[in-house]
Amino acid sequence: MAETKVYSRPETWTKGIHTHYCPGCGHGIAHRMICEVIDEMGIQEETVSMSPVGCAAMMYDYIDIDYVEAAHGRAPATATGIKRVLPDKFVFTYQGDGDLASIGMAEIVHAANRGEKFCTFFINNAIYGMTGGQMAPTTLIGQKATTCPQGRDPELAGFPMRMCEMLATLETPAYIERVSLAKPKYIMQAKKAFQKAFNYQKEGRGFCFIEVLSTCPTNWGMNPAEAFEWQIEKMIPYYPLGVFKDFE
Amino acid sequence: MAKVLMKGTEAIAEAAIQAGCRYFFGYPITPQNEIPEYMSAHLPEHGGIYIQGESEVASVNMILGAAATGYQVMTTSSSPGISLMSEGLSYIAGSELPAVVVNVMRGGPGLGGILPSQADYLQATKGGGNGDYHLMVFAPSTLQETVEVVQSAWDYAFKYRNPVMILADGFMGQMMEPVEITPHETERGDWKSWGLGNKGTREGKKRSLIKSMYLTAELLEAHNSKLQEKYDRMQKEDVKWEELHVEDAELVIASYGTTARIAKSAISHLRDQGYKVGMIRPITLFPFPYEPFEKLTDRVKHILDLEMNMGQMIDDVKIATKSRFPVSFYGRCGGVAPSVEEIENQCKQILG
Repeated sequence: MAETKVYSRPETWTKGIHTHYCPGCGHGIAHRMICEVIDEMGIQEETVSMSPVGCAAMMYDYIDIDYVEAAHGRAPATATGIKRVLPDKFVFTYQGDGDLASIGMAEIVHAANRGEKFCTFFINNAIYGMTGGQMAPTTLIGQKATTCPQGRDPELAGFPMRMCEMLATLETPAYIERVSLAKPKYIMQAKKAFQKAFNYQKEGRGFCFIEVLSTCPTNWGMNPAEAFEWQIEKMIPYYPLGVFKDFE
Repeated sequence: MAKVLMKGTEAIAEAAIQAGCRYFFGYPITPQNEIPEYMSAHLPEHGGIYIQGESEVASVNMILGAAATGYQVMTTSSSPGISLMSEGLSYIAGSELPAVVVNVMRGGPGLGGILPSQADYLQATKGGGNGDYHLMVFAPSTLQETVEVVQSAWDYAFKYRNPVMILADGFMGQMMEPVEITPHETERGDWKSWGLGNKGTREGKKRSLIKSMYLTAELLEAHNSKLQEKYDRMQKEDVKWEELHVEDAELVIASYGTTARIAKSAISHLRDQGYKVGMIRPITLFPFPYEPFEKLTDRVKHILDLEMNMGQMIDDVKIATKSRFPVSFYGRCGGVAPSVEEIENQCKQILG
């Protein structure tokens, strides 16, 4: 019987390498989808990215494209520098919630407002992963973290930041969508959003922002299955999925 | 091009364009605003791009990204702005990227003032950002020399793959002088071998990975050793200074930038009166010119460090003299320049 290949590693995925991510973490899925889109479009040699600060700091080990390292929160500024010099290359940033919504808030808002023609993948897992489970700007009210051991109190820390909603108030961005990785159906929707963001960049349509609700079982103190459930039950109601802005 | 009368800041901008700089990212701060203004007006004519960042922090990281492509990029700022850029400068140095930064210094600390100063000597030469790194630092003292230093800055930035800082001060930024600016072809070396976006042109489609992070202790130590070798090479190959009347000098002034210029007038007057005063003017502040101090003979009785700050270069001068001569300091700060008369009086007091 003839064999049909239905699943293989993307070409852009660095050969023979495994990630350092914890079981149940969303980074592996998001990385893989980026690699798949790059493969589908045949743009591996044309794509440039910058590693963020946080758990994905070593994503350059996993995705075989040109990379420069960005400082904490500054990836949208670094990407601006790259894309303005190399307008024909595909440029994307990939940032966690501490990186993008806390220390790098100014850089992402202004890059979006300038309509920089790169894509940003914003991985929101409602906690600081790399530094060991501290409160993020996206940590939910009542959610426990090492720096809010009694649960996030809005009197002390304000409310969780909704980045898609905030950026969608700007005139300039071309495309803003929030997706999730908590179940296969969502992952397929997320893949479509990734494809759209890269296609928009190919067409020079301007800034694209994909917020990816992700999981951090280790710092949430759950097993992976519980983490996916928690995301569906707790995160998605506060961070609704969907398109917030579209060029079309 | 014939000599034209230009303001220092505008001469810096035009010199950069004539040297091939096509990408400028910056943020307004007094007293250097004419540089971004000039760049925003003239870069588009040359096919270049000017972007005003939302802050100095963003601007320097735009520079980092653009420098990583291997093209010629620049930012300019003034003292408090450079402090904000220090994070990015540490990353650019750690990532071994060529970039040119101009600091038109004003007084500090903190918000300080907007008047000329040389108060960022230590920040420029000893760090500012975190980690063991150095910028190559030039301190020109006339506008014509500033033009030449700006134009050659990318040659050094690419030679060493290291950020180069031109340390000017508010006087130099705001004064007008006749300058001649001619086109300069920058030597960018093998930039495609590391510049982002050239993966397809490399053998085996080898990707470029530009970074400063090495989580393994031995790898980070090796990276730092490599950087140090580069700084040692700068010291051997590209240290620059000017000597004035040191052959028979009994008093040697150590001074740079605008202060050295004022000192030249004082030295000329003192010489007319029979005082044997000379000067060593570092042109590169890093690498520091130790050699001219080492060569001084025992005829020298005293070294006077003269700056527009509270004595930031004096330790380097003392190291250079190896305690062979007494070293003292005279300076003004906050926007006050030492006058020719003050310098003359100070020298006469020392010489007795």
